[in-house]
Amino acid sequence: MSAMASSALGRSTVDGVSVGVPEVEAGGVPGAGRVLPTRAELTAVLPWPGLRRGSTVAVHGSVSLLFALLSEATSNGSWGAAVGLPGMNLVAAAEAGIELERLAVVPRPGSDPAGVIAALLDGVDLVAVGGTGQVPDADARRLSARARNRGSVLLPFGRWPGAEVQLRCTGATWSGLGQGHGHLRERSVTVHARGRGAASRPRTCALLLPSRDGSVAAVVDERPAGRAHLRPVAG
Amino acid sequence: MTMSARRLVLWCPDWPVTAVVRLAELGSLVPAAVFRANRVVACSTTARESGVRRGMRRREAQGRCPELVVFDDDPARDARLFEPVVAAVEELVPGVEVVRPGLIAVPARGPARYFGGEELAAERLVDQVDAQAGVECWIGAADGLFAAILAARRARHVPPGASAEFLAPLPVEEVEQLGDLLGPKRSAQAELVDLLRRLGIRALGEFAALGASEVSTRFGSAALLAHRAARGLEERPLERRQPPPELAVTEQLDPPVDRVDRAAFAAKVLADDLHTKLDARGLACTRLGISARTENGEELHRVWRCAEPLTPAATADRVRWQLDGWLGGKADRERPTAGLSELSLLPVEVIGSGGLQLDLLNAATGEAAARAARAFARVQGMLGPEAVLTGVLGGGRDLRDRVRLVPWGDEPAPALPAEPPWPGRIPAPSPAVVPDEPWPARVLDAAGDPVWLTERELLSGAPSRVEVAGGRSRAVVGWAGPWPIVERWWVDLLARGSGETAPESRARPRALTRLQVVLEAETGSEDGEIALLLIHERGDWWVQGVYR
Repeated sequence: MSAMASSALGRSTVDGVSVGVPEVEAGGVPGAGRVLPTRAELTAVLPWPGLRRGSTVAVHGSVSLLFALLSEATSNGSWGAAVGLPGMNLVAAAEAGIELERLAVVPRPGSDPAGVIAALLDGVDLVAVGGTGQVPDADARRLSARARNRGSVLLPFGRWPGAEVQLRCTGATWSGLGQGHGHLRERSVTVHARGRGAASRPRTCALLLPSRDGSVAAVVDERPAGRAHLRPVAG
Repeated sequence: MTMSARRLVLWCPDWPVTAVVRLAELGSLVPAAVFRANRVVACSTTARESGVRRGMRRREAQGRCPELVVFDDDPARDARLFEPVVAAVEELVPGVEVVRPGLIAVPARGPARYFGGEELAAERLVDQVDAQAGVECWIGAADGLFAAILAARRARHVPPGASAEFLAPLPVEEVEQLGDLLGPKRSAQAELVDLLRRLGIRALGEFAALGASEVSTRFGSAALLAHRAARGLEERPLERRQPPPELAVTEQLDPPVDRVDRAAFAAKVLADDLHTKLDARGLACTRLGISARTENGEELHRVWRCAEPLTPAATADRVRWQLDGWLGGKADRERPTAGLSELSLLPVEVIGSGGLQLDLLNAATGEAAARAARAFARVQGMLGPEAVLTGVLGGGRDLRDRVRLVPWGDEPAPALPAEPPWPGRIPAPSPAVVPDEPWPARVLDAAGDPVWLTERELLSGAPSRVEVAGGRSRAVVGWAGPWPIVERWWVDLLARGSGETAPESRARPRALTRLQVVLEAETGSEDGEIALLLIHERGDWWVQGVYR
């Protein structure tokens, strides 16, 4: 009945993270807003206060980054689709904050991936695309143009000639594992963004991707605050 | 308040069983039951006397009634065998609507006038069905479809205007009867009943006494439908539009169709055509007329009624069932004399699309959901229904168990219940990539020898290098584990002990050990460290997941 609605509402407030930009929409109604919300941590690398409708943002190397881009919008009522990403683990996607009820997966788009992507761009707000090597450059440009026309966001995972922003993760360092003890906790990476137009200024940002609960988090330098030191007190 | 349309409803009790028993030519006294997913869907009177109930597991049902004859559920079979009953009713009364196989609604006004009263008309109908189709049925009359269905199940004649009084003392569980009309929304009705019971609402009358606006703001649209029904109103407001005639779709079948499988294909194509037309106008169909003409000029026509707007798949199903009923008729008298040369679908009643499914609590996303659903349906049209999947999280220790992919539009039920805690899970974060087929890996210790597992599930040495799928090996920076899972080891034990074979199911015994490793950054690459989830299964190491 209302389970979907209440879980969606619950999700967006659990982390208390939202983007405080008035034009960010929550309802997913086309034309009602120009930017789809993203996690606040990611706005540091994007040229917009979220994911601008109609844009193409290519993600290189990190599926967790792709999840992080999809999470806030799908939990706020937008619909997503992932095409040609057969190994994508939806458990990790859910941990990253993606609302699985609003994410469709097309692991094998068949012989005409461009046709499938085009069909999805017509109705879905965010379309993540894998296997970008199989899409010819001309088709890629046409698909980016279609996304611009329909107001959807295209998120290719890999090389994409028409992308406005290219995101790449480098310098991954894992924490949590010892020699035979512990478990993987979080990965600190540096996210680099470069692109065209508004995104031409390169940006970098250090993030925990994934953090302890699977979602994205900002790096906090926890050494001074995290460790309790004995301090002399007057007396 | 608008007066609800008065209806006579004919109900054939336990139709799935009645149908299959007739088909199998068993006597009516043989205890029989129809099962879907190991649960009783319907059972015969004799089976019920032995204690078999709806929703019971097969084993329990057979325990109570050892001579029980067991059948699989098949909606197409039910519909096909129901066709003679519909034909028998139609001989007496025009405007027959099939709610579902086993349940027919007819407008009461015409027959009541013609036969001199509703009771007399009802008697004639029961006699007619018995004489022509040899089927026993119950009949009821009331205002509104929901009340009329409940009246039929009690063989009651509810006087005009008394539907609300008739419904008031009935238990609130009867709302689930609406589920029969609503098909996929059945679980929503069950959820509503559960919620109402917890709120202390036991009778339909108590539910009806709540205000409509309170119900709609608190429980959502499915409840609003149920609420209208409980008040004895039509389950939908009477604001239906007369559909414009150009919405009808017609297909010339050349060569004429006389086989069900070919008819099914035509049904799919026509259903898609119809829905494209409806979508273009923003309409959805709630009553569907199916007509066919044979080569010899016979005209066949039937109306199907649904409380929920039909989806393309539901439309195709109904058309297929209907064609199955016409072409697969047992008696020659019922079967058309030649193949079907023309098939047309006419939406008899339409409503604005989105108006019904729209959950009031979720109103803002309704349009986006409808757009997305259309896009997914289109991709399913291109690649097949299994190509578009949604994930459902469930329980389980192993990563592969925790997510189940169901085709878009199917019931999203998890494979294993999420509820009991599953100790032995690796805590979050989970690997972002889990290859469909695990990649083979080699784990080497400091001396360059393969690491293996001792009998006590310990590593033979600390992992020092890992090689994935025959590539270059990388040094291990950190590792943790091994974490063994041994699941369902008793299955084989039980099988051997009882001398039976293990029950074939997905619940196979499984023993594996998991290990997390972080591999050092490759020289010359900026990507940095990489973390893997390795499993040791069937004597080899595999990469089950990659954290990236």
